[in-house]
Amino acid sequence: MAEVAEQEIPWWKKWLEETGEQVSFLSGFFRNLFSGGFEWSEFVRQCYEIGYKSFTLVGITSFIMGVVLTLQSRPTLVKFGANSMLPLMVCVSIIREIGPVITAIICAGKISSGIGAELGSMKVTEQIDAMEVSGANPMQYLVVTRILATTLMIPLLTLMGDVLGLFGGFLAVNLSDHMSWMLYFNKCVNSVGFTDLLPAIIKTVFFGFAVGFIGCYKGYNSNKGTESVGIAANSAVVSASLWIFFLDVVAVQITQLLFY
Amino acid sequence: MEEIKQDIKQPQKASETKTDEVVVELKDIKKAFGSKVVLKKVSLTLKRGENLVILGRSGQGKSVAIKGIVGMLTPDEGSLKVFGDEVANMDEKQLKTLRTKVGFLFQSGALYDSMSVRENLEFPLTRVLKIHDQQDLDKRVEEVLSSVGLKDAIDKMPSDLSGGMRKRVGLARTLILKPEIMLYDEPTTGLDPITSREISELILEMQKKYKTSSIIITHDMECAKITSDRLIVLNDGEFVAEGTYQELEKSDKEFIRSFFK
Ligand SMILES: Nc1ncnc2c1ncn2[C@@H]1O[C@H](COP(=O)(O)OP(=O)(O)OP(=O)(O)O)[C@@H](O)[C@H]1O
Ligand SMILES: [Mg+2]
Repeated sequence: MAEVAEQEIPWWKKWLEETGEQVSFLSGFFRNLFSGGFEWSEFVRQCYEIGYKSFTLVGITSFIMGVVLTLQSRPTLVKFGANSMLPLMVCVSIIREIGPVITAIICAGKISSGIGAELGSMKVTEQIDAMEVSGANPMQYLVVTRILATTLMIPLLTLMGDVLGLFGGFLAVNLSDHMSWMLYFNKCVNSVGFTDLLPAIIKTVFFGFAVGFIGCYKGYNSNKGTESVGIAANSAVVSASLWIFFLDVVAVQITQLLFY
Repeated sequence: MEEIKQDIKQPQKASETKTDEVVVELKDIKKAFGSKVVLKKVSLTLKRGENLVILGRSGQGKSVAIKGIVGMLTPDEGSLKVFGDEVANMDEKQLKTLRTKVGFLFQSGALYDSMSVRENLEFPLTRVLKIHDQQDLDKRVEEVLSSVGLKDAIDKMPSDLSGGMRKRVGLARTLILKPEIMLYDEPTTGLDPITSREISELILEMQKKYKTSSIIITHDMECAKITSDRLIVLNDGEFVAEGTYQELEKSDKEFIRSFFK
């Protein structure tokens, strides 16, 4: 009986079930967040790990994106005689879209999968069970700290990436025209307003939350067995990336509604 | 340790610590995973101060049976009481209190591999007993480590330890909370005979020193002989025999006797 039932579960039922599990994991997170006993030292350690691990990759990628974006946009702008608009264009694209999304996607690949694999292997080797059974709180120690750390660090990494991307743009502008750093900087500052910066920062907070949450959820709920560690890491990257694009679309709609 | 070794030469049961107070009671427990029925109808009682050994072939559901006691798994049917309270009806807080009183030694040791041995042992102290005085922590950690004979390993990482050492650290981490009930899942599997004997002696010592009640799952007959007040044999989802080591050794069932060869 039971066997037949297992095979006949349709995909939408599984999807609903998984969504339900995610919702209860989310409520577990919030319950633990406000229940006291916050693990400060583990939180700081996670912030350091997450920031430090992705710092170089995010920096290099953002810098190169700044250079490439500038070089590729230039010919089009020159055609319209608008090459003085170049800093503005680069700046707006990086701050609004490229910086946040590139950083978040890199972090989905590096951090989300890392958390998924780490918690997955802790699950497989019964470390999470051991924590729970000893009366300690693994949600508090493992999950709350990691999700908060990504929620804090990914916006910071994005800001750093933005700055390096703009610097890359400045160097690229100087390959063909001469423009002083002061002038470039002024043009950038004048082109970016509050309505560009604020929505961008808010959405990176959500990206950060998604990266941490998906990694933790996949790892924490992985099955027993060694192959499930790989599955947890892999599906964490896929889901986190999809969530980032989904949130990005939502963020654009909301920003349009509110500011334009 | 020394004093215990003396005892072992002439195995001496700690039955004097046993009382009639029932601390764990499983009644007609049934547990299935999907279509696979692991436990059909399992009943057992553990009295305070008693060492109960569960024997059974691999994959018969021994681990599943004891995981219910700390609420890691919920039985499909039947009643499971610890200290007289039904585990399935406990809320989160009650379950947490229960878990501080029941120690569980995992088959794999389950050391936290991102932490050193010291941090592994401090974890339950700071998180569960909320002890934050460093001197007190050090004292307790050293005490429990020396009782498992691993004082030198205090600053090592789990990945630098041998299988036997991991198991002993796992044991130390469970004992450090001084639980009233200990559940040992194959405490000696994969260890050399000498270390196995030391662990078995340690289990006996704990029983005497702290009056712990224990359930010990094992395939190691020497461990069973040293530690057991009573043995039960699990087969096909049911307990098929019960008695002392000497009784079961002379059982008239071939299957039961085969464990003792
Ligand atoms: N969480 C679980 N989900 C699905 N099946 C499980 C789960 N836990 C245990 N089982 C199944 O239950 C059966 C009994 O497992 P258990 O670990 O209790 O065996 P065991 O008697 O402890 O064996 P061993 O001596 O090898 O440790 C196995 O067939 C196992 O596949
Ligand atoms: Mg087992």
